[in-house]
Amino acid sequence: MNQKLKTLMLERVLILDGAMGTMIQRHNLCEDDFRKGFFENHPTPLKGNNDLLSLTRPDVIESVHAEFLAAGADIIETNTFSATTIAQADYNLESAVRDLNIHSVKIAKKIADEFTAKNPDKPRFVAGSIGPTNRTASLSPDVNDPGYRAITFDQLVDAYQTQATALIEAGVDILLIETIFDTLNAKAALFACQNAMENLKQEVPLMISGTITDASGRTLSGQTTEAFLISLTHLPLLTIGLNCALGAAELQQYLEILNKYAKCGISAYPNAGLPNEFGEYDQDAKQMGVHIENYLKNDLVNILGGCCGTTPEHIKEMARIAQGYKPRSIPQFQEKK
Amino acid sequence: MSLHPDYKGDYQYKWHDIPYLTLSGLEPLIISPELNFINIGERTNVTGSRKFLRLIKEESYDEALQIARDQVEGGAQIIDINMDEGMLDGVASMQMFLNLIASEPDIAKAPIMVDSSKWEIIEAGLKCIQGKGIVNSISLKVGEEEFIRQAKLIKKYGAATIVMAFDEKGQADTYERRIEIVKRSYDILTSNKVNFAPQDIIFDLNIFPVATGMDEHRRNAIDFIQATRWVRENLAGAHVSGGVSNISFSFRGNTAVREAMHSAFLYHAIKDGMDMGIVNPTMLEVYDDIPKDLLERIEDVLLDRRDDATERLLDFAENVKGTTKEKKTDNAWRKLSVEKRLEHALVKGLVEFVEEDVEEARHKYSPTLKVIEGPLMAGMNTVGDLFGAGKMFLPQVVKSARVMKKAVAKLLPYIEEEKNGESSSQGKILLATVKGDVHDIGKNIVGVVLACNNFEVIDIGVMVSKEEIISKAKELQVDIIGLSGLITPSLDEMVDVAKDMQKAGMNIPLLLGGATTSRIHTAVKVDNIYDGPVQHILDASKSAPAAADLLNPETGAKYKAKIKAANKLERQKYDERRAEKVLITYNDAVKNKKQIDWHNYTTIKPSTIENIIDRDININSIREHIDWTPFFSTWQLKGRYPAILSDKKYGEEATKLFNDANKMLDDIIDKKIIQANSFVSIKPANTIDNETIAIYNDETRDKPLAKFVFARQQAKKTNGRPNQSLADYIAPKASGVLDYLGIFSVTAGINIEKTLAKYKNDNDDYNAILLKALADRLAEALAEMLHKKTRTDIWGYAKTEALNNNQLIAEEYTGIRPAPGYTACPDHSLKSVMWEALDIQKHTGISLTESNAMLPTASVSGFYFAHPESNYFGVGKIDKDQVIALAKQGEKNIEDVEKWLRPNLNY
Repeated sequence: MNQKLKTLMLERVLILDGAMGTMIQRHNLCEDDFRKGFFENHPTPLKGNNDLLSLTRPDVIESVHAEFLAAGADIIETNTFSATTIAQADYNLESAVRDLNIHSVKIAKKIADEFTAKNPDKPRFVAGSIGPTNRTASLSPDVNDPGYRAITFDQLVDAYQTQATALIEAGVDILLIETIFDTLNAKAALFACQNAMENLKQEVPLMISGTITDASGRTLSGQTTEAFLISLTHLPLLTIGLNCALGAAELQQYLEILNKYAKCGISAYPNAGLPNEFGEYDQDAKQMGVHIENYLKNDLVNILGGCCGTTPEHIKEMARIAQGYKPRSIPQFQEKK
Repeated sequence: MSLHPDYKGDYQYKWHDIPYLTLSGLEPLIISPELNFINIGERTNVTGSRKFLRLIKEESYDEALQIARDQVEGGAQIIDINMDEGMLDGVASMQMFLNLIASEPDIAKAPIMVDSSKWEIIEAGLKCIQGKGIVNSISLKVGEEEFIRQAKLIKKYGAATIVMAFDEKGQADTYERRIEIVKRSYDILTSNKVNFAPQDIIFDLNIFPVATGMDEHRRNAIDFIQATRWVRENLAGAHVSGGVSNISFSFRGNTAVREAMHSAFLYHAIKDGMDMGIVNPTMLEVYDDIPKDLLERIEDVLLDRRDDATERLLDFAENVKGTTKEKKTDNAWRKLSVEKRLEHALVKGLVEFVEEDVEEARHKYSPTLKVIEGPLMAGMNTVGDLFGAGKMFLPQVVKSARVMKKAVAKLLPYIEEEKNGESSSQGKILLATVKGDVHDIGKNIVGVVLACNNFEVIDIGVMVSKEEIISKAKELQVDIIGLSGLITPSLDEMVDVAKDMQKAGMNIPLLLGGATTSRIHTAVKVDNIYDGPVQHILDASKSAPAAADLLNPETGAKYKAKIKAANKLERQKYDERRAEKVLITYNDAVKNKKQIDWHNYTTIKPSTIENIIDRDININSIREHIDWTPFFSTWQLKGRYPAILSDKKYGEEATKLFNDANKMLDDIIDKKIIQANSFVSIKPANTIDNETIAIYNDETRDKPLAKFVFARQQAKKTNGRPNQSLADYIAPKASGVLDYLGIFSVTAGINIEKTLAKYKNDNDDYNAILLKALADRLAEALAEMLHKKTRTDIWGYAKTEALNNNQLIAEEYTGIRPAPGYTACPDHSLKSVMWEALDIQKHTGISLTESNAMLPTASVSGFYFAHPESNYFGVGKIDKDQVIALAKQGEKNIEDVEKWLRPNLNY
């Protein structure tokens, strides 16, 4: 699988899917949808805990995957962004974490395999989504106590290892550590993924995607793009890249920095523009496509997709545009030849 | 020349097919051969710095962080952190300090070196750093199996590592043993047992002392250097480091020899490939400046060139000890062309010959204006370039400006006579300190910097009303208005000026600066009400580039749009952040006030409750108490005194400035230039409402002499911390406890105006700024002295304090002296209450402006609280419910309270 992906990446720009959350919103789900059959008597509200839908409404998740695959996505992300014991602790659902990961992978794999069977020339892949959790290892939540930490590296490794183990066992093709706003969290995730792979004696390609919070050009934890890259490339990666927070136009300058220094592939999946005053994303597929085309013209990316606000229409447009361009050449792959 | 017999010439980097070692803190550090040598800071090491150890033991983390910050500012590219001390919990101390560093961007930008001899401490450190750091160190001392285990973990944590030349048999102390151990270590690390990236390996080849008198130590330096060359030639990609100060251990106490020895050692080691080192940059002499006879003897020892090398150096060192470097005046520049002489005088700030030189130039150039446009501007451009490149510092630039002003003043009459030149300035800039504010050191510096950059500066002084600013700007058709302010009410004044500029239909750029201003205030409160460009100027050096960008005929429009957009973004971010700030209700804040058990607390009755007034205090007695560090920061020379005097970057200029300051202090004392007065009064006091303290004239305590209302923290607190108001630290009336509150006021600026005016007339900004800055420091020092006298004598609640010197140094005395307008009591109007109740103007000569700024500016006033738990805190944001309560307690209307607490309002 590893080799097949790399061969494909030398041939063309691969397309990642768009925003799971945006698509789930379109289904107007209610509290019951998040409980059905599994958490009927859970004492606290569960609406908004989207990862649960892999158990309670697998049909919804499957249909979202199917729409993105139909739009041309080569890689779909599992519905597991918050499926860690840390993120689920807010709902007292730590015990459900392993099931959430396994079922999410199963749903994604089944539909991806169906699409591959229909058109074997365009094989589809499943990336296990590993989100940042809602705690930061290098920032104090208490301004009066800068030495305090709400989470430790070891606690993060524990949580990530549980998730990564379940994702690998259920058969993901890629592990995708994404929306990294604190590099120390991501280092813990990398540490945990390595542990999981060592224990299971199985190698899975790794994708890393950070988030540049604003025009300062830095992550939330304060690193420049280049420092972020340096901090996370101590093992061979399939790609390093950026997602979320910014629109395609704003993201480009930081992709250029990665392009200058990264030896592995580069991924980018920006938001559909910047949010309006109501927090909604209005950039349509055509508008976003213009900026995406600039990435391709400048040889900046190997994997392209969308984050907040991006729909199958956006992905379809990206897939269409990408056909006309070659992928960025990857120094690391070249060396291996 | 190589010191290794097998190699020729200086080491040339040869591993071009291997990636560079890359490290990161918040920012990247790429170790490319061009960097030549990487300097690792060593002061944050408890085994090497007794001061750092003490600070960590006492948990004085702020000061400990300052040491780290000083190192980064002083040029350390990596900082080494070590907590190996028997009395410390190494793991906890390492984690705590690294977590604190993570919150300090100016420190955290540098990569971290986690230094410990204990693996568990190293591992704890690696779990706290988000960047790619370096482990210091691992070695084969622990056996091959454990060495491999540790190396694999370091790789997994994503760090580089130092590997000591140490194995199961011991530490390498010969050339052969070094090679044997590093070769074996390198082979293991790069084999598929570990697969460690070769560029991530840094060998510490053990620097041992020379000139110990023992024969087996004679080759310590040369063996290290030869082994260094061997590693760099043979172990692909690997680096070499070492602790440099070890080399001169035999000369402890002889700084001159040690500094020279470090430089000479590094000079040779770097040539042979040493590319990193733990060095104290203040302990280095410039290699070329080492006296030749000393250098010869040092190199004889380092390079083992003579049998009697050690004895000869020891003999010689006796003479070197204590000799200071002598500076002779060099007048060779007087032989240069007149243009070069003028440039030299401008760059060096020398006024001595400037009048005679411009006179000569005047005969050479015609019309006279060409002297200014030609050689003088060329010289100032050189100054501007050097300043921009960080090679000249502010005090130097101000001196250059003094030379320029002198030259221009000399030429002006001739230019007037010829009357054939128009102004060639880049643009006209109006500068003013706003109404109610009298501070102008910063504004004067900005004026000088702008003038140096060929702007025509029109400075209309301090306490200027908005009407006057606008009418002057229109009348003189200025291109930019620059406003300055130091106290918080000035912020509102600036907003009002912007409002009226908008009303008047102006759209010229508005620049805001001064200690109280900020990027956020500019964006949120000023930019949104004025359509023209508004820019916050962080410090004087930023003023000229900003003005030039704004007035650039080609790119100005684009630049203006850019700052508008940046302000807008800042507003958005502010709104987002504000939405997150959680305040509790005023009532809940009162419930969570600081609880003090007044029944088990004994107040100390002061020796007198009458006013104690001291006039015309001997300045000489204040002088020795001056805290010099803030003095240097006024001049934008960053660093702590006295270390700053020997700082690599700022040392030379800081020393000159320091000498000038002391000369002026001599003058101040001899010629009685300024007068210093002080006032203190410890009054019976009790809290009579939640936030209100009343003071009384006598112990009957029935009719309040005055009431002070102190705002309360209203942010949500965690971990049981209270919502404090200063009123919490005075006993409530109902408790029956007889408590006291001190009120003080000091000044060191009486009569300063006369001398300032003299300097102004003389175009001497340098001495004018110097005098003001010194008066400020004297006032601060006097405030500290008076506080101590109050604690130990006048009030006497801490009579025994003087006995414990250590506590004094650490500022661990009991009680506080908060000043109105600062974070614990942000309300400047409390000053007018003090002044009125105690007639302070009459006693001290200090008056208050309508914004309650003190005149003269070199004054300090505030309250004394004696309770041992009283502390400095920030009131932070407060809500309307508290404002209503404060207005009621202070018998004021709500708008009035809002006016004085504007920066604290959360609405």
